[in-house]
Amino acid sequence: MNTATIKKDWFGNIRGDVLAGIVVALALIPEAIAFSIIAGVDPMVGLYASFSMAVVIAFVGGRPGMISAATGAMALLMVTLVANHGLEYLLAATILTGVLQIIIGFSKLAQLMKFIPRSVMVGFVNALAILIFMAQIEHFQGEGWMMYALVALTLFIIYLFPKVTKAVPSTLVAIIVVSALAIFIGADVRNVGDMGALPDTLPVFLLPEIPLTWETLTIIFPYALALSVVGLLESLLTSSIVDDMTDTDSDKDKECRGQGYANVVTGFFGGMAGCAMIGQSVINVKSGGRGRLSTFVAGVFLMFLIIVLGNLVVQIPMAALAGVMIMVSISTFDWNSLRMLTRVPKSDSVVMLVTVTTVVITHDLSKGVFAGVLLSAIFFAGKISKVKITEHVAGSHKTYEVDGQLFFASVTDFMAGFDFNDDVSHVKIDLTKAHIWDDSAVEAIEKVKAKFVQKEIEVSISGLNKESSQLMKRLNGLSGH
Amino acid sequence: MYQNVLLAADGSENSYRAADHAIGLVKGEKDARVDIIYVVDGSASKSDVLQYGNSHLIDHKRKEKLAPIEEKLQENGLSYDVHIEHGEPGPTIVKFANNSDYDCVVLGSRGLSQLQTMVLGSVSHKVAKRVECPVMIIK
Repeated sequence: MNTATIKKDWFGNIRGDVLAGIVVALALIPEAIAFSIIAGVDPMVGLYASFSMAVVIAFVGGRPGMISAATGAMALLMVTLVANHGLEYLLAATILTGVLQIIIGFSKLAQLMKFIPRSVMVGFVNALAILIFMAQIEHFQGEGWMMYALVALTLFIIYLFPKVTKAVPSTLVAIIVVSALAIFIGADVRNVGDMGALPDTLPVFLLPEIPLTWETLTIIFPYALALSVVGLLESLLTSSIVDDMTDTDSDKDKECRGQGYANVVTGFFGGMAGCAMIGQSVINVKSGGRGRLSTFVAGVFLMFLIIVLGNLVVQIPMAALAGVMIMVSISTFDWNSLRMLTRVPKSDSVVMLVTVTTVVITHDLSKGVFAGVLLSAIFFAGKISKVKITEHVAGSHKTYEVDGQLFFASVTDFMAGFDFNDDVSHVKIDLTKAHIWDDSAVEAIEKVKAKFVQKEIEVSISGLNKESSQLMKRLNGLSGH
Repeated sequence: MYQNVLLAADGSENSYRAADHAIGLVKGEKDARVDIIYVVDGSASKSDVLQYGNSHLIDHKRKEKLAPIEEKLQENGLSYDVHIEHGEPGPTIVKFANNSDYDCVVLGSRGLSQLQTMVLGSVSHKVAKRVECPVMIIK
């Protein structure tokens, strides 16, 4: 890293970065509060997280111009940890998440992302959108028509205000208008203040108050693992989107490590684990943000606003936040995937739907990803395990031409392709178009040979490619043939 | 009359029809050329990255969308360049067109309903208003 790139990353686009950072800070506030409420912690925890994630990642992230903060994907994973063990365990889990991500970053595991099929990623964002939407439903329970009216007004402003001007984020305008209206008419609706405390000071460095025992580790480790995987998944996906939008490249391993450092710091400063955010990063780039300065400004300005305007923020009605979250879920959902549902291969659609269903049932994005990856691996094995065997008979000589991949999943089909009761004297098995991958394949070939020999038919094998014949030799040598 | 035309295309049916009109404009002219500009906006970036993942495949898929237009241009023996730009479609097309020397910008209208236009805004309207050369909108 030389000074020229540092200078360009930080100060190459000062005006655009500062303006975009301010826009993002304004848009982050309602989300940080709403995600805290999803996780079941005070709004303070999400706001501290968004501040420290953004500021730390500005320095150590691998993708300039990307926004990281408290996110819905992460908040959803913490719900049971917070409910069963409390905030201190969440902070410890956040630090451990960071440590795991740093290890993943140093071992260059970002490239493993290529094994996650696209349909799983599509399922991931769709499931996230559905969960964020579902989390809003509880805010409507036990509320009167006023709640519905205010949510509708919020959405109306969010979608139509950009017609008037795009200089101010419409979510902010919606929140200000709806809050002002609710206060003015004295509407009897719940507000942010009812959901928990807001910070009035900068976060301070603290060690989580937990017993440092093996038992603690067994409690937080599964959460930390799920958080680190989901966090990196969304961060790397977001970085690819920012790469594409800005037509530049970025360092994925550095981003993994950066997410790790940011989570470690965030945990010590009393924030919940976070990751990169697709929506906010898109807003940032669209508003002209390109460099690290934009992410830094977003974090700092957010904290400044909260400390200065904290007593106004507590008066924001939950209806306005729910409206913003409904918009977030609508824009998170990949609507294009519904159109593609009938066009992509059926197995892809099934993988996507299974990923979504698993997440919606378990409320755990990491389980959905796991199920999706597993299922697509099975589909893949199923697809390539199709072996085609064609027969040619010439007098008493018969040739079997084998076309396909021979491995544990395809040997049954392979063996079924031979007729051992034929009235021939010679059989030739042509493997020119086949590839032998494992022990089961070698064994199957030996079995086929043996069966023909048993019927006193002479067998010869031809066309083995180099790798396959080496494998045959090695494995046969081992089993002592 | 028109030698150097910019065709704004997104791979839709309307943009293929716009291509026919762009070709009609320059046909018979000496040194005629039709450049294609395809603007990828934020949401298209998001869904392309989700759908295809790696950047080579994304690039290939985007060019594939424009392939029918390229074929038409080749059939008519026209020279052309393909520019894939990122940003908001309207302003990006305007900036690109005004920064070079085109005689005319041709684009297809998206055929949105009144409500959709109210929410999404009309790209063709913005382009027609701000591009300095003549603009042809294909309905």
